[in-house]
Amino acid sequence: MILTLAFRNLFHDRIRLAVTLVGILFSIVLVAIQLGMYLGSSRMITDMIERSNGELWITAFDAKSFEEGGILLTSRERHQALATPGVQAVVPLVVSFAEWRKAEGGSTRVVVVGTDAEDGGLAPWSLVDGTWQDIKSPDAVSADDTYFRELGIDGIGDTAQIGTGRVKVKALTHRIRSFTQSPYVFTPLQRARNLLGVDGDRASFYLVQLTPGTNVEAVRQELLKRLDGAEVLSKEEFHERSLSQWLFRTGAGLALIGGALLGILVGTVIVAQTLYSSTKDHLNEFATLRALGSSSGYIYKVILAQAGLSAVIGYVLGILISLGILYISRNTPLPLVMTPGLAVALLGLTLFMSGVSAISAIMKVTRIDPATVFSR
Amino acid sequence: MTKNTPVLECENVVKELGKGAGKVVALKGVNLALTKGELTLLMGPSGSGKTTLLSILGCILTPTSGIVRVAGESTEGKSAEELADLRRKHIGFIFQSYNLFPTLSAFENVRIALDVIGQKGYPAARRAEEVLRDVGLGHRLRNFPSNLSGGEQQRVAVARAIAAQPSVVLADEPTAALDSENGHAVMALLARVAKEQNRCVLAVTHDPRTLGYADRVVRIEDGLIVGEERRPQGLDAPEITDLTKRRKANA
Repeated sequence: MILTLAFRNLFHDRIRLAVTLVGILFSIVLVAIQLGMYLGSSRMITDMIERSNGELWITAFDAKSFEEGGILLTSRERHQALATPGVQAVVPLVVSFAEWRKAEGGSTRVVVVGTDAEDGGLAPWSLVDGTWQDIKSPDAVSADDTYFRELGIDGIGDTAQIGTGRVKVKALTHRIRSFTQSPYVFTPLQRARNLLGVDGDRASFYLVQLTPGTNVEAVRQELLKRLDGAEVLSKEEFHERSLSQWLFRTGAGLALIGGALLGILVGTVIVAQTLYSSTKDHLNEFATLRALGSSSGYIYKVILAQAGLSAVIGYVLGILISLGILYISRNTPLPLVMTPGLAVALLGLTLFMSGVSAISAIMKVTRIDPATVFSR
Repeated sequence: MTKNTPVLECENVVKELGKGAGKVVALKGVNLALTKGELTLLMGPSGSGKTTLLSILGCILTPTSGIVRVAGESTEGKSAEELADLRRKHIGFIFQSYNLFPTLSAFENVRIALDVIGQKGYPAARRAEEVLRDVGLGHRLRNFPSNLSGGEQQRVAVARAIAAQPSVVLADEPTAALDSENGHAVMALLARVAKEQNRCVLAVTHDPRTLGYADRVVRIEDGLIVGEERRPQGLDAPEITDLTKRRKANA
């Protein structure tokens, strides 16, 4: 009967129910978008690191992220690393921002990723047109189909200029997107060095692959001892450092989290307000229940059931709208991400928000005087 | 508990309302004992303390001093939750304005009273249906209060009050909002509840039409019991006999 009464109280005033649901819906959609952007951004920032094949990264001391490797490392560090017990291979990567000059005029910033895929360190992982062999052909690069407009290209065969060198798009990747909005352009290691003007055999990073069964931390400590001019980071550390650089030092992540908190606050206030006014309207009924001998707990359960029902209905509507927005954003440069974990967390958040909203209504009903049943 | 053992009683009950200069002594030492199987009317002019006494006997208000016993159990020193527990176990209420839940059907209004005392599922549904049929509303189970007449609504309220089979039924001006015919029907029902179901029924009323149904009339003025008379009518009142006949015919 608790659920029946809660349901009827809720649907008795359809306009108030609509306001409650809009409050929850607004909150869910806002939080889903903000956190979806946060997750999407996190994924874009760390995708290269996560897709790389290597347990440790050797970086310059001032390396801030995958895109900002700082001063270049020399082959000395590479040889020192190769001589360390437990190290199987050390794969050089050259990564840097560069100017992409469009064939029809104008330019945009890109991130050139120089890698030799044969080394098994890092390779474009979602080629939809062309192959790595095509990228290895003279002047060839890959581009991502998300950024055709920014790059001024229409597809395979189009040309541009990076630095002083002419490049030709020979392969297309799909949805390898950049948080910095500077598209990733894959090209073989030596061509990247040439395009970027990198001397000799220098590199931005060395990706360290270990012999199977080796203790990663022990090798890391040994590398730190041997390499006095470089840092040695685990994959997780480099992941965290990149996230910290782009999401928190730039303030972007704080803005997204702030937006999500604002959504929670607004949703809570709207639900609390409507629940309170609903409780006030049904106060005489709660007084009657009290006169009939119901415990306070019984009445609290009715109010919490009202809050819970609003939460579940609002959540279902909110999550459907959020999924629609997510679907629309899937091919944009800033895709939103929804994970099962986030969906469950949003349900928990909605129930929590509605529970908190019920506090004011419960406080009101706590002060109820059953004697009011005789004064009507 | 024998038939004449009081099921509801109060001794020297004093109730002060308000504070300071606005303080009013609503009850000035009331003694009353009510037994099962009787319909007692509590009559008196406005402001005489009728409803205050009903609220104290119903464990809704606590007396400033004096003792109240429900089914032999004193209410003294009990918390609000403990008083609610006493109400749940022993007392059914009928209100002047019916106080039905507008969003629940007649059947659900009775079911919720059973839910409050922890009766759930099929037995509760069966009991709610049975008690509504008993008050002549078997054909109105699914109707909402807005679709019921005043008399029907009060009969739902009576059904709700007796559904949990309390030993005491307290009614506050049960006929005040009803026309003559419905007023008589509801009083006949209350008399039947007292006689046939052996309950203690106390009704606060101004209405002289109700006198014919009472076994006992207690008069209160200025917070004091000023008179009491016993009446022989009870179930023999013509309206009660008519209603019983009609019920049997319907059945």
